[in-house]
Amino acid sequence: MNSNSIDVAYVAGLARLELTQAETETFQKQISSILDYVEALQRIDVSSVADNPIDPNLPTNVLRPDELRPSLTAQDVVRNAPKSANNLVIMPKIVE
Amino acid sequence: MSLYQETIASLRRKLTAKEISPTELVQSLLQRIESVDPKVNGYLRVDSEKALAQAKNCDLSKPLGGIPIAIKDNINEKGEECTCASQILVGYEAPYDATVIRKLKEAGAILLGRTNMDEFAMGSSTEHSSFKKTSNPWKLDHIPGGSSGGSAAVVAADEAIASLGSDTGGSIRQPAALCGCVGLKPTYGRVSRYGLVAFASSLDQIGPFTKTVEDSALMLQAIAGQDHYENTSRPVAVPDYTASLQQPVKGLRIGIPKEYFGEGIDHDVADALQKSIAWYQSQGAIIKEISLPHTHAAIAVYYIIATAEASANLARFDGVRYGHRTSTVGDPLTIYRKSRAEGFGPEVKRRIILGTYVLSSGYADAYYNRAQKVRQLLRRDFVTAFQECDVLLTPTSPTPAFKAGEKMNDPLKMYLADICTIAVNLAEVCGISIPCGFSSNQLPIGLQLIGPHFQEGTLFRAAHAYEQAHEWVKRHPQF
Repeated sequence: MNSNSIDVAYVAGLARLELTQAETETFQKQISSILDYVEALQRIDVSSVADNPIDPNLPTNVLRPDELRPSLTAQDVVRNAPKSANNLVIMPKIVE
Repeated sequence: MSLYQETIASLRRKLTAKEISPTELVQSLLQRIESVDPKVNGYLRVDSEKALAQAKNCDLSKPLGGIPIAIKDNINEKGEECTCASQILVGYEAPYDATVIRKLKEAGAILLGRTNMDEFAMGSSTEHSSFKKTSNPWKLDHIPGGSSGGSAAVVAADEAIASLGSDTGGSIRQPAALCGCVGLKPTYGRVSRYGLVAFASSLDQIGPFTKTVEDSALMLQAIAGQDHYENTSRPVAVPDYTASLQQPVKGLRIGIPKEYFGEGIDHDVADALQKSIAWYQSQGAIIKEISLPHTHAAIAVYYIIATAEASANLARFDGVRYGHRTSTVGDPLTIYRKSRAEGFGPEVKRRIILGTYVLSSGYADAYYNRAQKVRQLLRRDFVTAFQECDVLLTPTSPTPAFKAGEKMNDPLKMYLADICTIAVNLAEVCGISIPCGFSSNQLPIGLQLIGPHFQEGTLFRAAHAYEQAHEWVKRHPQF
């Protein structure tokens, strides 16, 4: 695997993050060197670990009865929204 | 000694004996903040009126009644701004109390103010705050550590009696070591993270900064326990932590993992650690050299898993429901991309990119899935070590505090500052940092004790005995 193959501009698109040209260039260099560093993991023998390691310390599922519990009011929920009206968050139209 | 310099335990005695009032105590701290915080810059916001109002109404019969406590700015406190030191959350007002905040309130504590941090808890120096730089109280041109640098600095500078921080890879223990106070990262699942702004959910844990080990036990007592709002908090009974304090260290089996004492450890740090080990031995503890063979892989594993989880957790900051929204007009995708570009700082962006990459199609196997496997090996190292040891002893940080600006242009160098603390989060065990000396240029040095899952009591036992036999906690920084 060539760790320098990261295309920062493409990944930024996946991350929904706009980067300036200068940021893209700096990150390209810095992240490539971080990826070179983590390359060392490829040399560790992991054959004793199952393919989908699940932390044995944690319960796999925590279930609760599906019943109503008190929660925030609609006003409290939308109070921090940049734009809202009638307890609804306002966004530009998604479907043309 | 001034009131602001005292501990929870000593102040509680004075408060319940009515020798002092909570108002006097709060006033003493507010004056202290006014005089030293312009130099330390540990706080982002202090609400004097609110603190004084709480002092008037607090219930002294409660375990933390009347004790002023500072809170890291990534823990939701109803009605208070909660910014994570990020531009993207400027103006965000917490609509509810985090479980730890509810518990502190129920325990009678007075919430004094909100402390500075690396943006979204990503960093080891608090230089990644988008608001201001916090100084190390012992040397103002040095960093306090991070990411909970503000919470460590305000306790070390006697601007709060205790504080809360969060620790994902060392963010409580490393700044505690660098500022000369006590910092505890409880076991994963010991303290509810409900209301903590998530960074890396399989690693994050809330814990206290205090001046003494006894205070650390009192704080953990107040915040520990299962919470039905937080499914990773575990149904493990919370013992009486102060009961562990008086147990002697004779017979305690202390493991010294040789990987933590290799190259890169500063001479003064190594020297202070050797003296501490000798002290434990003189008290009848059994010292064993052990190996945690996958230690060398911890940083690499961490920076894959933590950034992967962060890239997912921080997807919620899109300018829609809360936080900054760009003024650019456009379709939703443009709004997400621009709002995030304008709201996040460079370190957060760097980690989102790295995390998105290691999870992306074609790379997830090589990076993320492999890191998860190596994490299990790291975890096994600890489980094996704890079959023959009660606690492990290591440095908390390979060096004392470094100068501001020294590592800002080299992220990898900054990441290596966490080399002694990161594996503890990956293995989900508990760790505490306590002061164990000073470097030749008078900066604090920390020693880390690591315990098995849910054995914080053993940490308190070992740490308290050491603290009582030494004078380190009696030193206070001079301004």
